Amino acid sequence: MKLKHFLNLEWKQFFRSASFGKSIAINILMAFLALYFIGIFLFIGIFLYKILGKVNPDQDALTTLNSFLFFYILFDVAIRFFFQKLPVMSVKPLLPLPVKRSKVVNYVLRKSAFSFFNILPLFAFIPFSITLIVNDYPVISVLAWLLAAIVVVQIINFLNFILESFSSERELSFLPVIVLVGSLFALNYFNVISFSDLIAQGFTAIYDNPIFVLIPIAVLVGLYVVNFKQLKSKLYLDSSLKTKVAVVNASNMEWTKRFGDIAPFMQLDLKLIWRNKRTKSMTMLLAIGLLYGLFFYPQPLYRDMEFMFAFIGVFSTGFFLINFGQFIPAWDSGYYKMLMSQNIKYEQYLRSKFVLMIMSVVILFVLGIPYVYFGWKILIAHFATAIYNIGVNSHVILYGGSFNRKKIDLDKKAAFNYQGTGAVQWIIGIPLMILPMALFGLTNWLVGFEAAVGLLIALGVLGIVLHKKLMTLITQKYLDSKYKMIDAFSQDS
Amino acid sequence: MIHTKDLSKAYSGKRVLKIDELGIPKGQSFGLVGNNGAGKTTYFSLLLDLIKPTTGNITNNSVVVDQSEDWKPFTSAFIDESFLIGYLTPEEYFYFIGELRGENKADVDSLVAQFEDFFHGEILGQKKYLRDLSKGNQKKAGIVAALIGSPDVIILDEPFANLDPTTQIRLKGIIKDLAEKQGVTVLVSSHDLMHVTDVCERIVVLEKGEVVKDLETNEATLKELEAHFSGSEQV
Repeated sequence: MKLKHFLNLEWKQFFRSASFGKSIAINILMAFLALYFIGIFLFIGIFLYKILGKVNPDQDALTTLNSFLFFYILFDVAIRFFFQKLPVMSVKPLLPLPVKRSKVVNYVLRKSAFSFFNILPLFAFIPFSITLIVNDYPVISVLAWLLAAIVVVQIINFLNFILESFSSERELSFLPVIVLVGSLFALNYFNVISFSDLIAQGFTAIYDNPIFVLIPIAVLVGLYVVNFKQLKSKLYLDSSLKTKVAVVNASNMEWTKRFGDIAPFMQLDLKLIWRNKRTKSMTMLLAIGLLYGLFFYPQPLYRDMEFMFAFIGVFSTGFFLINFGQFIPAWDSGYYKMLMSQNIKYEQYLRSKFVLMIMSVVILFVLGIPYVYFGWKILIAHFATAIYNIGVNSHVILYGGSFNRKKIDLDKKAAFNYQGTGAVQWIIGIPLMILPMALFGLTNWLVGFEAAVGLLIALGVLGIVLHKKLMTLITQKYLDSKYKMIDAFSQDS
Repeated sequence: MIHTKDLSKAYSGKRVLKIDELGIPKGQSFGLVGNNGAGKTTYFSLLLDLIKPTTGNITNNSVVVDQSEDWKPFTSAFIDESFLIGYLTPEEYFYFIGELRGENKADVDSLVAQFEDFFHGEILGQKKYLRDLSKGNQKKAGIVAALIGSPDVIILDEPFANLDPTTQIRLKGIIKDLAEKQGVTVLVSSHDLMHVTDVCERIVVLEKGEVVKDLETNEATLKELEAHFSGSEQV
């Protein structure tokens, strides 16, 4: 089994999958985003030397940069945790074949070394190093520094996988990384241990004495070995065959009965959310959505930018709506055939999802009421966006669901299952958030705050009034794509 | 009960099923046999409106299945494991199906209780999710779920595969009972000639998507089928 076989398999997997048509559109979008980021990093890399000279004229540019590297590393760890996913490969068919397990693992890990997240920093580091050399810095030292920077990027890469596999086995998926990054930042901020100085000194030492670059390389090798062992231990069939006796906590959920004919579906949806890892970790993310405003509102800068209220409002009250809604009806893809042959009314099935999303918006809005601390305008804006989410975004996302052609495998254990997560998931949410923000911002700027709030509420109320009509339309759309969905959901990738 | 007329299904021009005329009367136990790719599952999928016919249609109790959904209340099926909801326990799954078919918990409980034997103590009260059950046990749960709500038509694709011998024998009893005593139309497909001849009053052989044999079951049927499939048939 050669490398080319692996590459060949992945190539076929990509081009022969049922969702190929859809993923190509997303891939084009991703390519544009990638180019955009490359441009930004390139720009930073070329002008960083000058910028740093301006920021701190008394200090050598490289020394200034070194003192910032700690924050770059922290940021990178946090970003990667949410966006970068372990490169996936369906290994099960390979296991009985004469391929060494270590070869499969090595391939998966090495492939990750060339991830976009690792290439991107090079676009900044390399031009920066060139400007250093042009400015008469010693070539050997600069190259050692550059090598150290690249190695550190790879260290973050492999550290991230350890963090991810660690957290994927636990319920509170994203907690470890937040605790880690948060506590490192806090220790540094309160000068308990000055990591930023430590890192800066480390890089300076490598610059002064290139032999020290061996230390980060040793760390990298160590992390690679840990990753290797961890993945290899998961590469056994019994980890997927082993009969895990899950203790069932059955509850009757009698309270759903008051929703009448949609009660069975609501019970099913709630069980879906609680009993599957994929959906469970999504629910945990709700906390982030809710606290999202805290990134912005404490800073007076943002409190004056009123259009941001709309964005944060849509995001924090609609967090569940966007994350859950965009995979309707793919959540049920595993047994979609059965649902379609059952005596159900499509409209009820969709209405159950709708009610669930509406409830989440209301709950998130209520939980977000304390934002009033940062000003009553914020609360009013959040209220308007909550109405907008209920009336407009909920219908839009349900309608969008009828274009869903990708199966979600809920049964898969978390180790090799990252379907439908990652950057793409966030891109789909953009129009849902940008449009109300633009409407709000524009009206706010042209007319005034009251008018902007009024516009969002009016649109939301309009959606609520037309709910019945819209649902009929959406139901028809789902019925029209019934055969296509059944066909796509019965394909494996 | 079920009437198939001028039915055909083609995928990008290649025809996989063509049945000009096939009527299945009420209360018949009907067996469909054929090699892989003969069109058995395609026919059942068309019957459940999971795929769209290229030409013609199937009428189920005078409802055209790809035009109205009114056949759903009296028709039930178990095609494969994708009919199960993995994150429910068998009981919850039965109740869910029951609710969709307008039966309350007590109705479902009393129906399921009749199959204690069939379950062999491995389904009920196990506190396990369906996804954690073995393939055979999943199948048992799926088959019984198809009996909930006293349907008039029951469609089972390969019900005998993956089952242990004891369960196969019990399942045969269940299917016979449904057709003979309760007047249910049962459609079964299988690769096992012995099982179908045991269970079905009528056997249709599909080959490359077309009906090549339509037999009333009698003592000679098994021999005839074996001769047909071994290719040593006297013409």
